[in-house]
Amino acid sequence: MGFKKFIKSKKILSLLAVFMLTGTNLLMAQTNPGLASPSQGAGNSTAAVADDKSAMWTGAGYYVLLFLLLCVVIAIVGKILKVYDLTRQIQGKKELNWNNLMAAICLVFLLFGLYGAYWSFTVQGSMTLPEAASAHGVKIDEMFTVTTVITMFVFFVTQILLFTFLFRYKHSDKRRAFFLPHNNTIEKIWTILPAMVLTILVVFGFFTWQEITNSADAKGERASLNIEVTGHQFAWELRYPGKDLKLGAVNYKLVTGSNLLGIDYKDRNSFDDLRADTMYLPVNRSVRLNIRAQDVIHSCYMPHFRVQLNAVPGLPTFFKFTPTITTADMRNRLNNPDFEYLLYCNKICGGIHYNMKKVVRVVTEAEYQQWIAKQKPYLTDALRKDLGMPVAAPAPAATPKDTTANKRLALNN
Amino acid sequence: MSTLAVHDHGVVHHEEGHEHHHDTFITKYIFSQDHKMIAKQFLITGITMAVIAMTLSILFRIQLAYPDKAFPLLETLLGRFAPGGRLDPNFYLSLVTIHGTIMVFFVLTAGLSGTFSNLLIPLQVGARDMASPFMNMLSYWFFFLACVIMLSSFFVQKGPASGGWTVYPPLSALPKAMPGSEMGMTLWLASMICFVASSLMGGINYVSTVLNMRTKGMDLWKMPLTIWAFFLTAVLGVLSFPVLVAGVVLLIFDRSMGTSFYLSDIVLNGKVMPFEGGSPILFEHLFWFLGHPEVYIVIMPAMGISSEIMSVNSRKPIFGYHAMVYSLIGITVLSFIVWGHHMFVTGMNPFLGGVFMITTLIIAVPSAVKTFNWLATLWRGNIRFKPAMLFAIGMVSFFISGGLTGIFLGNAALDINLHDTYFVVAHFHLVMGSAAIFGMLAGVYHWFPKMFGRMMDEKLGFLHFWLTFIGAYLVFFPMHFMGLDGVPRRYYAFTEFESMKQWLSVNTFITWAAIMSALAQVAFLYNFITSIFWGKKATQNPWEANTLEWTTPVEHLHGNWPGEIPTVYRWPYDYSKPGAEHDYILQTTPLSETMSSNLPHDFEDNPIGLEEHTKWVNTHSNQEVK
Repeated sequence: MGFKKFIKSKKILSLLAVFMLTGTNLLMAQTNPGLASPSQGAGNSTAAVADDKSAMWTGAGYYVLLFLLLCVVIAIVGKILKVYDLTRQIQGKKELNWNNLMAAICLVFLLFGLYGAYWSFTVQGSMTLPEAASAHGVKIDEMFTVTTVITMFVFFVTQILLFTFLFRYKHSDKRRAFFLPHNNTIEKIWTILPAMVLTILVVFGFFTWQEITNSADAKGERASLNIEVTGHQFAWELRYPGKDLKLGAVNYKLVTGSNLLGIDYKDRNSFDDLRADTMYLPVNRSVRLNIRAQDVIHSCYMPHFRVQLNAVPGLPTFFKFTPTITTADMRNRLNNPDFEYLLYCNKICGGIHYNMKKVVRVVTEAEYQQWIAKQKPYLTDALRKDLGMPVAAPAPAATPKDTTANKRLALNN
Repeated sequence: MSTLAVHDHGVVHHEEGHEHHHDTFITKYIFSQDHKMIAKQFLITGITMAVIAMTLSILFRIQLAYPDKAFPLLETLLGRFAPGGRLDPNFYLSLVTIHGTIMVFFVLTAGLSGTFSNLLIPLQVGARDMASPFMNMLSYWFFFLACVIMLSSFFVQKGPASGGWTVYPPLSALPKAMPGSEMGMTLWLASMICFVASSLMGGINYVSTVLNMRTKGMDLWKMPLTIWAFFLTAVLGVLSFPVLVAGVVLLIFDRSMGTSFYLSDIVLNGKVMPFEGGSPILFEHLFWFLGHPEVYIVIMPAMGISSEIMSVNSRKPIFGYHAMVYSLIGITVLSFIVWGHHMFVTGMNPFLGGVFMITTLIIAVPSAVKTFNWLATLWRGNIRFKPAMLFAIGMVSFFISGGLTGIFLGNAALDINLHDTYFVVAHFHLVMGSAAIFGMLAGVYHWFPKMFGRMMDEKLGFLHFWLTFIGAYLVFFPMHFMGLDGVPRRYYAFTEFESMKQWLSVNTFITWAAIMSALAQVAFLYNFITSIFWGKKATQNPWEANTLEWTTPVEHLHGNWPGEIPTVYRWPYDYSKPGAEHDYILQTTPLSETMSSNLPHDFEDNPIGLEEHTKWVNTHSNQEVK
């Protein structure tokens, strides 16, 4: 009796499906003119727009139909399975054992999953960042490798155990599960073991972190090069110190159209501060990146150097690091002549967050000196005028002075 | 004997109850104070919100997969938010923000805890209802109000909040900083306050019910792990949610009253703002003081539900019940002192970062214990693959995969380069997104017969599980590698960066995997809705489980048990006990009825019982010898 009922319901189901298919078709067909006409009525549309609209609705309708078709196929497969199962039962055979099927799928999933993970690791793993281009970055990468080895070992072991247990211990009426409420020894082992491994990682990580964030220049070490990067919606501004190697003070209240960073010219260190479009860094020299934000939080992210720190309005931060590989060298290593180091924003900051890019070039010391000599000071003539400073006189005088200063600098170094 | 008495009494009581209150449609389905109905209200609202949030995610996934393509349909549907058929960058951020907010708070906090705490706490501890049914009702209606306010922000001119679900000021505090920070942000804040009110009222109720209203014999160590999980979750929520309100209220002051709690030194669009002396870091501290416990609020109920379901369907006691409880307690305590790991690179004092790193990695220990215990529960079990069981297993698998990457992110030094990249997105979508939603779905499949008195279709459940499980891995596994390439999250498009273009094909793949998983949910929704009305009628104890909820009649009644509330004599995990008649023994079965299967362990605090037991064992073995 039940059997007959199912056959019947199958018919009903297919009827319903056909009904829905044709129904959707009709609906779509009706929608087209219906939707096009009001826009024509408004008088601002041409036949092309109407065509577009109808194309759009047919496109969407096509996908909806495909999905409905898929649903119908699934429903039919389901019904066939049910009918098959019931006929088996009528013939006195055992009913379909879903436990066995699921257990088998678990095993198949495990095998495919393992292969997929392997594929992902090799193919997508090779698309990740190149080697660290900074001194501390190498340490971070080492720690990353250690952590990866440990966690991936645990990952593969636990997932394999999970899915093989599922397959191995699938339900059987003949068997009872093994009553095992607890085992203190084994529980102690798997509390203490992870604790020990994690302690190693913590200690290792803690000291690396301390080292990276240690801000004082070591004794005898050459003073770090100060560079200021200021984030605002939606760009970065760079400021290099002039010959005095000191950045002048900044006060946000001084920001005007001509003094975008609010540089305080009461501070004499400000006078020779330079403006740059691209961030040039001398290789193998410690750089102290002074990070500021003007409006909202940004994040100064330079992934190739393993450098990231948020730029917070009202809280100037800094990150000290030493670039070790020049851009030219990295291009050779990667065999990619267009490679550039980048600085970009990594904290949601507004609509154009996705396009706050600054190119970073690591160059040799000599190239760096050449480049810095060409940069223009922030103190432009327009700004001088605004500040009521003499305009014409010092400007030409400053240029030769600057060059001599640079020469002297180069000699000193 | 005792069951007979209970039955008689029940009939009388039932009739009495009928006379006393006449349920109208409104008191029964809308302003209901019955915990079972409120649970259903939470569940259905939660599912609705989940579908909405999922649709939002598909919208922004389409943008990521086809950044250069126009979809005229989007313009028709979204109007000015998708001019020319392409999502507006600001609206993209709104989608991301509201997807996150809805999923974290409305689905995985209220939808998960709200549903199952309400349903199971009274049923599993043996109470007639919550400690305060009226407050329970209020809790749902505040939640509903919060949902409505949150969704209404799609209908304001500048669109919903768009500063990310973490709403860091100054972006969220300055209405001019982005369109979503105007009216949309105000609505977000209002909605969140209602939400916290709801969650507090719920939480206080759960805590007091568990502490005060357990039935006779139900001591703390006889509670199922679900109850432990809900209880500790509620404690977490009660202690941490008020901090969010504090943070949110100060943000409202900054937005509307000109205070400077979070703001200082700001020049917006060339205009110097008058704010001075505040710190955005303060908000981050307040936010994450809730925000981190919040992820455990999300995952702990899923852990409890999975533990229970895995034990029932492996026909085996949960391995290391005490260890499971202590690890839950450990997680609860530790979760309050790890929030700083979200802030390693915010400019917070690096020494503080070091400390938070230590506490963070410690929390991995109880998590590891739980994982191993689940594996041990499956070992030598007799595993029935019900849909609920599959989802519980999926939860474990996701918890492992996503939990392990937490060891990378909890390490301050590694976090420098991984922070806010797709690695993070992959990590939390696996460990708290997928794992928690799988816990929730497992719960729905398992307790559906209890909620609606009918069974869900198993085969559709299988289909739903495999498509979702595989889909979630396909979506989130590749994202790890994008993160390792330094691809930031919350980017509208990766077209502006030459180096990120290599991920375009991966993005397209992820989007299609996401669409597949989303469509798989149709199988669930169809199954869920049709089963409510036309599903096979459920029996009283369809899964042959031990816990109290399966001793209640299938037909719901206000007060849960006709007659006396049952007394509890044993822990909830006596499955496949050697010597027992069946492979399960209800919690209400006294030890005296199961002499053949009692173990010395059952009489730990009961010397008289132990004596009886030894006597029985001696005579029994003597007889066997003879």
